Order: sequence, then C-alpha cells, then structure tokens
Amino acid sequence: MKSVLEILKEIRPEFDFSASNDFMADGMLDSFDMVTLVAALDKNYGISIPGTEIVPENFQNVASIEALLRKSGVAA
Amino acid sequence: MNFRFRDKRVTGVLTVLPRNERLFLEEMKNFNFPEERSLKLKEVMGYDKRRVVTDGVCVSDLAVFGIQKLFEKGLLKPEEIDALLVVSQSPDHFIPPTSSIIQGRLKLKQDMLCADFSQACAGFVLGLLQAFMYLEQESIKKVVLVNGEVLSRKTSPRDRNIYPLVGDAVAITVIERDPEPTDIHASFRMDGSRHAALIIPAGGMRLPCSAETAQMQDAGDNNFRAKDHLYMDGAAIFNFVQTEVPPLIENLLATANRTKESVDYFLCHQPNRFMLQKLADKMKIPHEKMPNNVVGKYGNSSGATIPVALVLNLAEKAMAGTLQLCLAGFGAGLAWGAMLLPIRKLAFCEMVEYP
Repeated sequence: MKSVLEILKEIRPEFDFSASNDFMADGMLDSFDMVTLVAALDKNYGISIPGTEIVPENFQNVASIEALLRKSGVAA
Repeated sequence: MNFRFRDKRVTGVLTVLPRNERLFLEEMKNFNFPEERSLKLKEVMGYDKRRVVTDGVCVSDLAVFGIQKLFEKGLLKPEEIDALLVVSQSPDHFIPPTSSIIQGRLKLKQDMLCADFSQACAGFVLGLLQAFMYLEQESIKKVVLVNGEVLSRKTSPRDRNIYPLVGDAVAITVIERDPEPTDIHASFRMDGSRHAALIIPAGGMRLPCSAETAQMQDAGDNNFRAKDHLYMDGAAIFNFVQTEVPPLIENLLATANRTKESVDYFLCHQPNRFMLQKLADKMKIPHEKMPNNVVGKYGNSSGATIPVALVLNLAEKAMAGTLQLCLAGFGAGLAWGAMLLPIRKLAFCEMVEYP
C-alpha cells in the first residue's frame, strides 16, 4: 500500500509535498487534482471518501489528508 | 415542493444525437495542462467521446428531425399533439420561442399550446412536471416534451473545466393520460442565491454580446474563456450535488412510502462519472443501479441526459416490461428535482443520429 506522500508525488511529481503545509495556497494542488487524489486514495485504501468531504480544508497538507482517511475508515 | 400525479404516463422516448463525434485525446491538446494530468482527469471523470453539432445547427433542427422520424415510423401523428413543450437554455432565438419554430416547421395544428421553459440540467424533471400539469386539462391528451441543448457552441475550447464534458442532444418524450393509474411522486427545489455557479455571463440583456465579451481572458487557473462562454464553478457544483441530492431523493422516497430497494434504476443527470459514483456511494446505491456512462459516450447534454441514459442503458427493458425509475436532475439555477416514475412497455425507446 502506498503512502499519502507517494500518491501525491504520482499526481504532481514536480512538487515536494513534504516541504509544504498548505498545498492549495502554494499552488501545488487545484480542484481537479483533488478529484484525482480522491480517486487514487479510494483505490489505494479500498474506501470511498464521501463527496461532501471533498473540500480544500481536507487537502491542505499531509496531516489533514491523513485525518480525512481516518474519518473515512482507514485505520491509523 | 412536492408533487403527486396519478393518471399520467410516458409512452415513448426518442433521443437525437449529432453524428459529429469529438475525442478527448485529440481535444486535450488545446488545454493549458500537461497531457499526463489531462489523462488522469479523463480516467477519473470518464471523459472520452462526445457528440456536438456542427456550425449553425440549433435545437429546433434536431427536434424537427427527430419528430419527423416518429411521424415517418407511425409512432406519432401530427394531429395528436395537443401541447409542445421545449426545455432549453440554448434556444434558437430570444424571440420567438423555439417551440413555435418547431410547430411551424412541422406544420402542426393551430389548436394547440406551445411553450418554452428555460431550465438546464434539472430540465427533464421540470419538463415532465409541466407535461403532467398540462394533461390535467381535458382538451390536452398528448404532450410532446423536447429537452435539448447545443451548448457546445457556448464553450471555450481552452477551458478544461467545461469543454471536455459538454455534448449536444435533443430528447423527445411523449406523455399521455394513463388508463391504468399509477402514482408518480416528485419533488423540486430551487436556490437562486447560488445562480452564479453555472452561468453564461454575456448574451442576455444584463450584458449583451460585444467585441469585448468575446475576448478570451485568463481565468487564473490555466483556463481561458470569454464572457460569452459557459462558466462552471466545478467545486461549488460538485459540493451542491453531494449535499442536496441525497436528501432530496431520500425525502421523496419517504413521502411516497417507498424504499431504495423498490427502485430498479436511479437515472440521474450525467455530469461526469466521478460525481455519480460518489453520489451512489453516499446513498449506498450499487453503481450498476445508477448508470454513469453518458458523459464518456456522448457528453453532458444538460436536460437531455436522463432520457439519453434511459435509451442507452435500458431501452430493451423499458419496451419489454415495467421499470420503477427514480429520476434526478440538478444544475443551473441552482435547481434540483427528483421523480419516482414507473414506466411500462414504452412504444419506442431509441436513438437516431443527426443528420
């Protein structure tokens, strides 16, 4: 199973996601990347992140994405 | 607002698709994004092919073509049509109504009603509601409902938010009174305070088209569009659908004293595959009961997508027996509506290509 950072790297290989605390503000993810990321997370963890959770706050940084995964049923 | 009808029935559906097909793989070269990112989007959203009209083709052209086919096949007689309703946001003209143009070109009788309704992705549910209300009149026995759009003509080829998903189509639905009454329940909601989320800024009386409104502008997100073009705040629309549509359907089912399991298929408007899969997951509906394949095969034709989905996925079943359908349309306005509609042995349920 891939880590969140590995999945992010696959989507936008040009960025170092470990160096940012706000992916949106730093221009590393846009709303379409968010959709691509959700599809990749769903597939990787065998879950379906609820559509109502696909909002920028949940994709601000690695910690917020991991919190979303826990909320969506992925064990910590 | 909730609605209930008893003695009304859809008796046939014909969809008219332009023969002209475009491919995402070719069009993505116009977008200001690396191809690899566009390909990922294609995979998630389900973009692939779409049908769009060629220059100058209007909703009335597709509608007249389709209705004439029904006349030729003996599936509809001109003199039977007591009301012709057109639901579209891409009319032939501001004046006159597109329904009048279709009536004139088909040489239909004068003793009838024609009316246009400006509604987009919720337009099939709204159109059926209007048809059922018209049929409350003794003098109206058969209504022809036309849902049609040629909105590809109002999209920017350099706007990846909207261009790859929009398709053109017309759906022709015949609605009559039913000698075997069955309950039809519907619910409709509106929120005009969010109207700017899906809008063509120029072209109406507020901001008439001009050389200035035709100028392409950098939208700031790697997309380019003019004020003459259709704009969609994709994130706002996505959130609207995920938030508003599930309770709409659940409340409708509760009002009708029905369960999700009693519905054979949930036929929703077809914006993209990802949005519909998320909707199905949220409502705990198996993906196979909520078709999501229209956008990748024909494109999103706004109010025509529900009948297009019916013909594409369920034509044989709809003509052979009875299906319990739950329809749901949602989009510009913002407007969202759902309907529990039983259909029984449709006289026709088919697609024709234009020209």
